[in-house]
Amino acid sequence: MQRILPDLQPEELRRYSRHLTLPEFGLEGQKKLKQSSVLIIGAGGLGSPVALYLAAAGVGRIGLVDFDVVDETNLQRQVLYTTEDVGRPKVEVAAERLRALNPYVEIETYPVQLSAHNALELIGQYDVVADGTDNFTTRYLVNDACVLTGTPNVYASIFRFEGQASVFATEEGPCYRCLYPEPPPPGLVPSCAEGGVLGVLPGLLGTIQATEVIKVLTGIGDPLVGRLLLVDALTMRFQQMKLQKDPACPVCGEQPSITSLQEYTMYCGVPSNGQQALVQTDVPEISPQELQTWLKQETPPVLLDVREPFERAIAHIGGVFIPLRELPEKLSELEAYRSQPLVVYCRSGARSARAVVLLQEAGFERVFNLQGGILAWHEYVDPSVPTY
Amino acid sequence: MNPTRLTQYVRIQIPAALRRFTDQQREIELEAATVGEALQALAARYPALSSHLFTPDGSLRAFVNVYVEDTNIRQLEGLDTPVKEGTRLILVPSIAGGHQ
Repeated sequence: MQRILPDLQPEELRRYSRHLTLPEFGLEGQKKLKQSSVLIIGAGGLGSPVALYLAAAGVGRIGLVDFDVVDETNLQRQVLYTTEDVGRPKVEVAAERLRALNPYVEIETYPVQLSAHNALELIGQYDVVADGTDNFTTRYLVNDACVLTGTPNVYASIFRFEGQASVFATEEGPCYRCLYPEPPPPGLVPSCAEGGVLGVLPGLLGTIQATEVIKVLTGIGDPLVGRLLLVDALTMRFQQMKLQKDPACPVCGEQPSITSLQEYTMYCGVPSNGQQALVQTDVPEISPQELQTWLKQETPPVLLDVREPFERAIAHIGGVFIPLRELPEKLSELEAYRSQPLVVYCRSGARSARAVVLLQEAGFERVFNLQGGILAWHEYVDPSVPTY
Repeated sequence: MNPTRLTQYVRIQIPAALRRFTDQQREIELEAATVGEALQALAARYPALSSHLFTPDGSLRAFVNVYVEDTNIRQLEGLDTPVKEGTRLILVPSIAGGHQ
């Protein structure tokens, strides 16, 4: 779409002088940025550097989608925020910071959860999306909405020390589903215990993401269309895999089966602090307060902690300890408790729910999940129990 | 699978997301004639990895992509893709981290 490029004020020409003196970029490139808009989904680890660098670069309009508030554990990597901001809504703090960095860009904030109900409308208002979310559900939602609205999706994701980046949903290029038609089933995603991440990693990938956004908006260089960049920060190995558009892709293929946004099932990804992870099965549950009362009675339940050893070292509320991944082989250790009620717990209530199902299938009759796990116990019963 | 094809020494690059099943090893060396054989050998050596790579009926899971150097096996001959001496296979599972 041809648009008349906006003029830049003298102050902007001064501010962006290092861009203007770059032969491949120049005044035209800067004007293209000014007339463009980017929707940044997730103002966290990836979103922080993306937002900072795109605001600094002079992208005309930047939207930020995030319903969360700043938590102290974020400060290890979410460089948009400071210690004073803990407890404040992320998009509010981010807008302040970005406007202070560059008053010539327009910042729009959406303190909402992206969903099938709002994704098309939101994404439709922007030229490009930068996806920095932390769960499969939203990634598929964003991908589908981008394909359906014809909006390029600059993608990055991270795990521990590794990351991926690509540009999906361009007209000729593949989309996320061409690479991964479906999300992994719940039992096979990395669990909450494995959600640790090197703080600098989203900085590295987020800046790559911002670079790709600028390339897509200005037309310079070769964006990562049809290529998946793999980054291993421990070895500093960068590899590129070739990606092809799949003619049978359910959303961007020749005969798409996904032509609108449906409800996307929630999986246990890595829930934010204080939020319960949603689980797919209905398991018997009790609240932390109910457990507290029950533990004081004459026949208290037996507690089973299914987290990883390093989590147990940080905090626990007692009980038998068997990590979830070992539970199938170690059921015999629970034989002594078959006739007693069992309450299973983990960090947030998702792994323990899976353990409850496992135990029920093994014939244990009185098994309960602790709703919200250690996080909820900290919140509602005993704040002296550390959270992590 | 052609039973008379000679096996070759190949390297399989294990991503962080799957390293907990391979004793934290990031690169595994083994002998195979095809990609499928290499993955079977890998699963035989690390049984806990098996359910993450394969469905119960033996097909490759949809959320794991396998590359021979930089080309997806789907663009080659799938699990029957032959491998050459010293080839690197790269496993790329979908990961979602970004915010937390």
